[in-house]
Amino acid sequence: MTPSILLARMEAHRADSHTLERYAATGGYQSLRRALGEMTPEQVTAEVKASNLRGRGGAGFPCGVKWGFLAADTPHYLVVNADESEPGTFKDRQLLERDPHQLVEGAAIAAYALGVHQAFIFVRGEYARPARRLQRAVEEAYAAGFLGKGIAGSGFDLDLTVHLGAGAYICGEETALLNSLEGRRGEPRIRPPFPAVAGLYGKPTIVNNVETISNLPWIIANGGAAYDAIGPQGSRGTRLFSLSGHVRRPGNYEVVMGLTWRDLIYGESLGGGVRDGRALKAWVPGGASSPWLVPAHLDEPVTIDDATRLGTMLGSGAVVVMDETTDVVAAALAIVRFFAHESCGQCTPCREGTTWLQRVLERILRGSGRPADLDLLLDVSDNISPGLRWPPAQTTICPLGPSATAPIVSIMRHFRPEVEARITGGARG
Amino acid sequence: MSAWPPDLEARAQALLGRYPEPRSAVGPLLYLAMWHEGGLTEAGVRRVAGLTGLTPVQVQSVASFYTMYKEAPGRYLISVCTSISCHLCGGGEVLAAVEEETGVADGRTDAGRLFTVEHVECLGACGGAPAVQVNYETVEGVTPEQARHLCRWLRAETPAVVRSDELQERFGGQRAFDWGPGDAAGAAAPVPAFEPYGTAGGLA
Repeated sequence: MTPSILLARMEAHRADSHTLERYAATGGYQSLRRALGEMTPEQVTAEVKASNLRGRGGAGFPCGVKWGFLAADTPHYLVVNADESEPGTFKDRQLLERDPHQLVEGAAIAAYALGVHQAFIFVRGEYARPARRLQRAVEEAYAAGFLGKGIAGSGFDLDLTVHLGAGAYICGEETALLNSLEGRRGEPRIRPPFPAVAGLYGKPTIVNNVETISNLPWIIANGGAAYDAIGPQGSRGTRLFSLSGHVRRPGNYEVVMGLTWRDLIYGESLGGGVRDGRALKAWVPGGASSPWLVPAHLDEPVTIDDATRLGTMLGSGAVVVMDETTDVVAAALAIVRFFAHESCGQCTPCREGTTWLQRVLERILRGSGRPADLDLLLDVSDNISPGLRWPPAQTTICPLGPSATAPIVSIMRHFRPEVEARITGGARG
Repeated sequence: MSAWPPDLEARAQALLGRYPEPRSAVGPLLYLAMWHEGGLTEAGVRRVAGLTGLTPVQVQSVASFYTMYKEAPGRYLISVCTSISCHLCGGGEVLAAVEEETGVADGRTDAGRLFTVEHVECLGACGGAPAVQVNYETVEGVTPEQARHLCRWLRAETPAVVRSDELQERFGGQRAFDWGPGDAAGAAAPVPAFEPYGTAGGLA
């Protein structure tokens, strides 16, 4: 039986899972009350550490360990990253729209543990409907005394502000997000210092993903050990996967990691297989930044560490399925074009390299590809991410540049003859 | 740097009060400026600069980094996703249908400023690909034919407020997930409709 932590309420209460009334009637804000009334901030942090919850934004860093890096200098800030923009990913949007109080309570718990009195939820600007839902939840929480002064009768104060971004994928990178929240261009900062030491306005700041924070009410209610008992070592808890592309049942699914890719893509209650009875060609396993997997990997376990072993990652949990009719060069171009568009332009290898990758792929698709283009694609990629190894090295400030090489590496690794045929055979059709 | 009408100034002060430093309000204030003038104008940039203690050039430098601060968008901003999931499910054909039906090419605005058409990167609606937004209100599972109907409907009806739920009902198909109950608010301008920024329409 798969435990449902994140989606249980919205699945049981379709009409009103987003309201305070339903949230409170289904155990909501009890974890915050318990944390404030019965636990010290250190005890809250200890439970989160014991849960072995790893970040759900892409990097998979252990949440409790990250919190432990928070420097003593004050004030402290908490920023929830709801700038969900990784192609293929739409899990946070569902959490925002359907169970916003779960996120608000999680943020309040995190703020208490971290000694934070001012927190921000940074929502991408295109998420107008989810942002409105979240804003109403925040207002309900203020009115009910779960935000503001003296929360739930305790001496703890917290202000929470929903902030809209303005259209820039790069702001999902935590230091770019902080610059954006400071009213600056969303350009990543050189790390170190990490935000836990010098973040918003140079003050110690924790940046956590929506899904990560949404797990906290359950962890405080049930204990870190209970969370740590779910799923394989290194990939504890449940996790949301966003399935899209040529899959029969697209959607967000909450699963315990450790199932196989075949289970996830073909399971009757999960992906349901490939559309129109077609054969599977490849899939993006963890968002556009992740190198692709192919049918030979179907029986590999879906865990963070197994993905690393296969030279890829679970990243943001976005699985994009491609069937046998997929033109892999065009698919790679769709991803490369994204990174070329979203490159902030600070670092030359990324700014110039992503554009070159796009142009060369476009040339191949037009039927004007040259035999030397294969080496050119790899050479440009190598300039952005030396050695094209995994985890990727980078010549850039942030990981966006190396991410753009993932589709190049993927088509060269798995579909080189097809790419070569496009060059020698000219344009398709 | 002349002040805005009193209600807008009050809204601006409330936004400034949400942040430890006024500069953080630049983004929200730019939306407010767009709402007031139908796009980001030089006067809007100057007012935001005045409110935040920055120079107009600094504000312009910030605004130009982002895609959503547009100078002179049409009344209806039609954004068609062509990122990987939408690409695989026909987003390119939807974009072509929108361009043809509106007569507006990707990245352009018509002379009457009724439509701006753009292809965009991922809208977070991948399970409901292909996805389209009108003034940042999402509709999912759109066929090229339904996209044409959508454009014709906007031209014929010129709705004052565009709502995701209504768009989805009329023109949508497969959703990324169950959206749950509807939302009465919507967009009355090519700016994300968000109550704290004073940019939401359709509420009593």
